[in-house]
Amino acid sequence: MEKVYTRPKSMNPRATGYCPGCLHGVATRLICELIDEFGIQDQTTSVLPIGCSSMGVFHFDTDMIVSLHGRAPAVATGVKRCSPKRFVYTYQGDGDLAAIGLSEIMHAANRGENITAIFVNNSIYGMTGGQMAPTTLIGQKATTAQDGRDPKREGYPMKMCEILAQLEAPVLVARCALDTPAHINEAKKVLRQGFQNQLDQKGFSFIELLSNCPTNWGMSAEKTIAWMQEHTMKTFPLGVFKAKE
Amino acid sequence: MAKVEILKDYCKSCKLCMQVCPKQVLRVGTYTNKMGYDAVEMDETKGCIGCKMCATMCPEGAIEVYR
Repeated sequence: MEKVYTRPKSMNPRATGYCPGCLHGVATRLICELIDEFGIQDQTTSVLPIGCSSMGVFHFDTDMIVSLHGRAPAVATGVKRCSPKRFVYTYQGDGDLAAIGLSEIMHAANRGENITAIFVNNSIYGMTGGQMAPTTLIGQKATTAQDGRDPKREGYPMKMCEILAQLEAPVLVARCALDTPAHINEAKKVLRQGFQNQLDQKGFSFIELLSNCPTNWGMSAEKTIAWMQEHTMKTFPLGVFKAKE
Repeated sequence: MAKVEILKDYCKSCKLCMQVCPKQVLRVGTYTNKMGYDAVEMDETKGCIGCKMCATMCPEGAIEVYR
């Protein structure tokens, strides 16, 4: 019998630091699979921020920098400009990228830095204990919005893809989901394009991956998938918002 | 005949693989790993088709597929 699927080599041989059923694991695995596919493990610098995504230090077997909270795109800019031959990507969550790091991502995108930004959006702060994020859905409960997010008090969920697609410089802005194998395969295709854009010196690629948070949403991993399909994906429609040739 | 192999010390028993398997060949097994989770195992009587859906879904990369 032939082995048709195995763990990627650039993913460290240990269990992830994530909670059971957390789709961060899938996002991590997809990135590692692509690093293996392109054969760029030695040339890659992963730039991690603060949050659950910081746990990437345990998983990615590449060179790596953990930046200050939200500053990953700025640090990635520095790495890429000093070592243009390296493959540099950021792996950020929504509490990091859409809140404290909003300025950094906007300006890195606007400058069209030749980096790949991967944005895992689970619409809540995971590591710090389930606080409301800018991407929390209307009516979604969080520890800092006990009755659910009310737009009169907390505003509306921030749609990063739609915002960044307005800018002139980015070459790829897309949103994918990780809820089913079909969507995961689709996400891998878009990520591959994001990797290729950087290797072809085209410029800034931004890929949002819709994810879940079983622990802070307060439901089982299986239920989060249905919840994502019913709620998250209605607020955040999937698609490619910008793709320059 | 295809089969899947679960890397039992990585499995966190989240059951996402069981949910996507079109042939329902996976079940929670009796082996409890070091982290305290009951690892998923394959039911060999159900006839795995090696479609890789479980491996694609697994957040831990804990499933290897043979075909």
